[in-house]
Amino acid sequence: MSRLGALLARETALAWGKGGGPLVSVGFYAGVATLLPLAIGPEPARLAAIAPGAAWVGLALASLLSLDRLFERDYEDGALDHLVLSPTPLELTCAVKCFAQWLATGAPLALAAPVAAIALGAPLNLAPLVFVCALIGGLAFAFTGGIGAALSLGARRGGLLTAVIVLPLFVPPVIFGGGALASYLAGLPWTSGLVLLGAYAAAFVALGPLFMAAACRNALS
Amino acid sequence: MIIALDLRGVAVRRGGRSLFCGLSLSLTAGEACALTGANGAGKTSLLRAVAGLVPLEDGEIGFGDVEAGEARGGGLHLIGHQDGLKPARTTREELDFWSVWSGGDKASALAAAESLDLIGLLDLEVRRLSAGQRRRLALARLLAAPRGLWLLDEPLSPLDASWRARFGAMMQAHLAGGGLILAAVHDPLPITARTLEIGA
Amino acid sequence: MIPAPAFLTNPERFMAFSRWAAPMFGAIAVVLGVAGLWLGWSAPPDYQQSFTVRILFIHIPTAWMSEFVYACLAVASLLSLVWRQVLADAAAQAAAPLGAGFTLLTLATGSLWGRPEWGTWWVWDARLTSELILFLIYLGYMALRASMDDEAKAARAAAILGLVGALILPVIHYSVYWWNTLHQGASVFRSGGSALAPVFFWPVILIVLAYTSAFGSLWLVRIRGEVWRRRAEAAALRAARG
Repeated sequence: MSRLGALLARETALAWGKGGGPLVSVGFYAGVATLLPLAIGPEPARLAAIAPGAAWVGLALASLLSLDRLFERDYEDGALDHLVLSPTPLELTCAVKCFAQWLATGAPLALAAPVAAIALGAPLNLAPLVFVCALIGGLAFAFTGGIGAALSLGARRGGLLTAVIVLPLFVPPVIFGGGALASYLAGLPWTSGLVLLGAYAAAFVALGPLFMAAACRNALS
Repeated sequence: MIIALDLRGVAVRRGGRSLFCGLSLSLTAGEACALTGANGAGKTSLLRAVAGLVPLEDGEIGFGDVEAGEARGGGLHLIGHQDGLKPARTTREELDFWSVWSGGDKASALAAAESLDLIGLLDLEVRRLSAGQRRRLALARLLAAPRGLWLLDEPLSPLDASWRARFGAMMQAHLAGGGLILAAVHDPLPITARTLEIGA
Repeated sequence: MIPAPAFLTNPERFMAFSRWAAPMFGAIAVVLGVAGLWLGWSAPPDYQQSFTVRILFIHIPTAWMSEFVYACLAVASLLSLVWRQVLADAAAQAAAPLGAGFTLLTLATGSLWGRPEWGTWWVWDARLTSELILFLIYLGYMALRASMDDEAKAARAAAILGLVGALILPVIHYSVYWWNTLHQGASVFRSGGSALAPVFFWPVILIVLAYTSAFGSLWLVRIRGEVWRRRAEAAALRAARG
């Protein structure tokens, strides 16, 4: 147990990077949220209609950003060898890494998401749902993103490759979360979207590490 | 603890070509073996194959009574070319983490730091260390968490003469305690060891 | 476990088998395709959709093929990952560009069909959107293979991705249909087998079989090419080392 605790502390500290990790993700997110009105025009009515969706897509893109560092640094400097040669199953190690990624970048992004949505013109009462969706969605993004990050180990232009591999995996969570937000705004039942998002996140928290571990072993061989 | 290592007819392929085949070796407690051979002969691949990272094309690797999964999951140390240290973290953070991760604790990490003269460097970031100091920090894992089999890939290379002698004494002590060492080297090891030439 | 037939696992036997099987499948494809097209063209035009319905003779079979090829790729990935079949890896590698081609054809014909039907080249209809995402998955698979220098590692990484794709595709389909029913109004496309007049049923079936056969032929040819390429590389490596 102390071993996993130490790993979680190390991974969170590395992903946090003295505050640099979340700063880059949130900064990128703020940039996307700023570019959008500049491209679309400042009319409040038009912006308000797309606000939840735009805030949600921006979140998915910002989650992509830090993924390439998830396994690559440990792979390149040899630390992954030592992480593998341990009584802790590699699957569990991968899960802890993704969880730390979520703590260090997913949670700060979840705090930024309601602000972005409201700045774009979403009503104030949408904020709690945006936050909850971003928190659960962040978990799904971290655990599906980890698969892409592990598969592109050892590839040329790994970061870009990770994005190409991962984007199709982001489709269901983007749909479910966006659907929950749109239904809430339209006054329709919105829980089914949230439940589906939660189910997707749970499935990948369970299955994602199996694929990540297989991909890491392959990269080290 | 691992007290034996048996390689029987081991063959490894890398990138579509066969590195070596039919390699056999048997080590028991207290024995060391130096792997020699030209660059690219497969010394590193053999060490990684023993650690279970590289798949075997043929043959078997046994660890005496210890089951292979158990041996590789915490029974052996592999110290490779790369030290696996993060430049932005301090010596203490790295040493403590790797000690706990490998099965030791903070006290054993401190003891290892003492034996390798790292105490004065504990609060420095790893990026400020010299190549020799980084290597000593990497080797500190060996002492912080005792494991039976040491797989060492060019362990001496960035060390100066006096540190080579001191590390030789550490290897000697590990062997005296019933440990095993398999080391890939260019220069001879500062301890008595059998040699196995790969690709001869 | 049922042992796989030797002509699919042993490279020598496979080469002997595919030497005559590939042209045979090709010939079957031509015969079935000509028959299907002739049947389709001689059928009366649909009272609502007039001649444009004939695009569906191409569209529906390519849509079916795009998914069928992915299923082939996933099975080959599984065989290469679990049983380390060298030929299975070559098969998965050879299938990907073919599948991407069928997917692109589906998107293009869907768009051509949609222009007179909907008045726009693209509609975010559930089927077309799923197809587009399938295309992205094929692209990701090929990009992964192309960006790794170590072939053995690329093969295993690609096989893992192939399986992840097989796992995720049904979920993507479901989510896209869920999205489509959520945003009612965007959904105008109600085609597919059920909406098709019975007179068009047989031509479509014939063309589906023709495509499957053509795919079989092209697939075998591509696997043969891959086997030859690997042999040539191995020979070059041997020659380089004297």
